[in-house]
Amino acid sequence: MSINKKLSIISFSGNFDKTIAVFTLATGAAAVGYEVNLFFTFWGLNTIKLKKGRSALGKGILDRVFNVLMGGFKNLPLSRLNFLGISPRLMTHMMRKNNVATLPELVEAAKTLNVNFYACEMAMHILGLKKEDLIPEVKEVLGVAKFLEKAEGGEVLFI
Amino acid sequence: MSVKKLDITKEHCPMTCVKAKIELDKLKPGDRLEVLLTEGEPLEMVPKTAIDQGYRVIETSPAGGKNHKVIIEK
Repeated sequence: MSINKKLSIISFSGNFDKTIAVFTLATGAAAVGYEVNLFFTFWGLNTIKLKKGRSALGKGILDRVFNVLMGGFKNLPLSRLNFLGISPRLMTHMMRKNNVATLPELVEAAKTLNVNFYACEMAMHILGLKKEDLIPEVKEVLGVAKFLEKAEGGEVLFI
Repeated sequence: MSVKKLDITKEHCPMTCVKAKIELDKLKPGDRLEVLLTEGEPLEMVPKTAIDQGYRVIETSPAGGKNHKVIIEK
């Protein structure tokens, strides 16, 4: 029988390629029986915004401008050679052509495999985001202490 | 008892293990999943993780070329 295995990943960068790494590790680990926790903070929050494109979330003018600039799931930039957002589309095309799961497919697989999604309370506060602005799979909005409690006894990665 | 077939010979990491896990989760006690997979990591990991998660591996046999057939029962 399986022993209790756990992987917790802090998704910070929000880069397209690094987010692929987050979800590749998350789904792979969940598939082999790990409990997986994903903690989205700062740029990583773009991955789990309910509105996939650029949208003026938040209350104040600064919140709104910043959220538009940050974008959403469809605007995640490649960490290198982004070329104004052309490269992530090109990479998705290459992944599909080579029969490798694309980022949206990996996210859907993570949901199916009951990967736990958490959002950073502090980063959401700065950006004026509410839990309703995030996808419904986000189980909880957490601070560091509670995240560490959930991650305790397992491996932790910062991506 | 039902037998479901799954071909993951065209899949790559991590979807080999992911697709197997999703289908294994759907099995009821006594049901079987017949997985067609390639040698290397899929052949090493799919049966191993199935056993780790409490399933029984009934059969592992060559299925031509680099492919193998693994029958897993819940």
